[in-house]
Amino acid sequence: MPKRTDIKRVLVIGSGPIVIGQACEFDYSGTQACKALRAEGLEVVLVNSNPATIMTDPELADRTYVEPLTVDVVAKIIERERPDAVLPTVGGQTALNLAIELEEHGVLAKYGVKLIGASVEAIKVAEDRQLFREAMTEIGIDTPASAVVKTLDEAMAAVARTGFPSIIRPSFTMGGVGGGIAYNVEEFREIAGRGLSLSPIHEVLIEQSVIGWKEFELEVMRDVDDNFVVICSIENIDPMGVHTGDSITIAPALTLTDKEYQRMRDAARRIIRRVGVETGGSNIQFAINPEDGRLVVIEMNPRVSRSSALASKATGFPIAKIAAKLALGYRLDEIPNDITRVTPASFEPTIDYIVVKIPRWAFE
Amino acid sequence: MKTATLALENGQTFEGVSIGADGETTGEVVFNTSLTGYQEVLTDPSYAGQIVTMTAPQIGNYGVTGEDCESRKTSVAGFVVREASPMSSNWRAEDSFTNYLTTNGIVAIAEIDTRALTRVLRSAGVMRGVIATGDVSAKALVEKAKASAKMEGADWVKAVTCEAPFDWTAASAPQAAGVPAGPSDFIVPPTHLSPGATRTIAAYDLGMKWNILRRFTNYGLNVRVYPATTPAEEVLATNPAGIFFSNGPGDPAALDYVGRNAKVAAESGVPVFGICLGHQALAMGLGGSTYKLPFGHRGTNHPVKHLETGKIEITSQNHGFAVDPASLPKDVEVTHLNLYDNTVEGLKHKELPVFCVQYHPEAAPGPHDADYLFGMFLDSIDGKKQ
Repeated sequence: MPKRTDIKRVLVIGSGPIVIGQACEFDYSGTQACKALRAEGLEVVLVNSNPATIMTDPELADRTYVEPLTVDVVAKIIERERPDAVLPTVGGQTALNLAIELEEHGVLAKYGVKLIGASVEAIKVAEDRQLFREAMTEIGIDTPASAVVKTLDEAMAAVARTGFPSIIRPSFTMGGVGGGIAYNVEEFREIAGRGLSLSPIHEVLIEQSVIGWKEFELEVMRDVDDNFVVICSIENIDPMGVHTGDSITIAPALTLTDKEYQRMRDAARRIIRRVGVETGGSNIQFAINPEDGRLVVIEMNPRVSRSSALASKATGFPIAKIAAKLALGYRLDEIPNDITRVTPASFEPTIDYIVVKIPRWAFE
Repeated sequence: MKTATLALENGQTFEGVSIGADGETTGEVVFNTSLTGYQEVLTDPSYAGQIVTMTAPQIGNYGVTGEDCESRKTSVAGFVVREASPMSSNWRAEDSFTNYLTTNGIVAIAEIDTRALTRVLRSAGVMRGVIATGDVSAKALVEKAKASAKMEGADWVKAVTCEAPFDWTAASAPQAAGVPAGPSDFIVPPTHLSPGATRTIAAYDLGMKWNILRRFTNYGLNVRVYPATTPAEEVLATNPAGIFFSNGPGDPAALDYVGRNAKVAAESGVPVFGICLGHQALAMGLGGSTYKLPFGHRGTNHPVKHLETGKIEITSQNHGFAVDPASLPKDVEVTHLNLYDNTVEGLKHKELPVFCVQYHPEAAPGPHDADYLFGMFLDSIDGKKQ
């Protein structure tokens, strides 16, 4: 399939900073994507509120807007630049959220701008816990057991099914106030009771805790023709309960037998299809019960993520660059592999080394 | 820890430590790039006569389990890893990787530079080698490697085929060969099943992996397994619904009797399917020929293009020989190509219900992308034109 010809000018949304200097993972992917799009002869318009990035260097885009990443501002940029498409998948969750808002405010429809890389529907299914859970049930993939309850009796009945440890999340409390993890019935009764009274609508979500389970991630890519490859598997040495960003992680995963790894790969393929990421990369997180091997999916990011940056560096496979090309309609086998230059990108990197990511703690 | 030495016929030697049985072993030194599935590799009969080097740097992290065996016993001549994990971290693990090597009498070496070894094999081609444990003369080992039998022209099938026919059905599968049918959690649903009654196919065991039999069972087929030397006429006399030629070790060119059986089966009009060595045998039976690849394809990440649909499959591969497309008669068509080196990965006959692939749709180890081929065989048995 040749490159799509209906896109001449594309707006790339950068991730902005959390704090200046902290957006480096997304700067890496955004920069790769800008380069790839320009190499394909497209005109690249970039918006990013963080000037301390490589991607905002003048030579990386045709025009760069260092402006706040808000609907109003980006709507004005779209009005002025009239891009054919917006690429929201290389700027982290910030860019995805902005894309959804642009859609909801009718900005994309008004100016006839297409989203490429991920559809609004796909972003919503991946983002909304309930939609995601329903989608996973539909394709027969397990998620941690959960229930929404309105009384303590309902809560006690729910936890009998979902088991301990149990996570209690009150609905609509500021900053999740009133929630917690219960390890036994006494604790559960107390936390659930408090959560129910603190929630303005007297509702809490009871969820099976997978704390202590083995944690894995797969970095996957899909093209417009449904070709699918796993770029890298990642295993967290710190189990579920320790944030991936704080964990020591290794690539490739080492403690999965082939049967378990392939079960995870098959699940990832069904997930990216169901969520509806037509082209590009996704990051899917799984947990495995070390006692009985039960596999659950935790979440999926329909975009280039922090882990993609790690996976790219671990394998040499430039995920953001390839994702940008896939968004233009290329198939994986039409894109050359950057390392070998003679074989196509439609392969699964295999490595003869182990990559370890160790967080650096700022104690100073 | 006991030392071990790997010597190659080109004179290079590698000093490491022994992680398996004591003794000495000879074989063709090859490399495999799979990141998972070392136990399936150890028990795949296609590796008979070969010393397998894993390029993944640490092997053994998930231990071993009886459920993941691909045949009755281990077949590799020897095993080479960079580092053997002393721990097994997996809920299914029954034993450690290194114990398993020792228990099964596999001579194995670790703590050598497997990247350097792989580079040698990739540039100079696979070659003969010897692994020996304890105090040995490296020079003498090199001489032994030089004097050992070559893979070219060797019939390894007779060493691994079953001794007598047996039935593999859904009911008997776990007992058929005295082993578990595989963990049920991991069974991939078949693409479709046949609406008709259960049929029985005949399978030539050239060194067959059990997951092929498991997949036939999952697709609703019963299988009668035959030794490689059984004349095709004898098999045809039982009226099988289809005939299958399995994977297996060694040089296909040395297997006149298999090529002849493949020819008789293909020309009979009964639906025929082949995998790996079975594919090479069918190519020979239909008039083609094979040649030796410089360093073979062994791994679980090979992209194959299905020419009819343009789809890419990530495939499991294990072969040192390939079919020469120029040798094929006009009525045989190439259906699949390897995107790494454009070698032939699949064939079909334009008139007869015969098709085959060089790679491993049964996976184990490897991705399940090519499982649809079992469905194609089922359709072929159902009389649907491919």
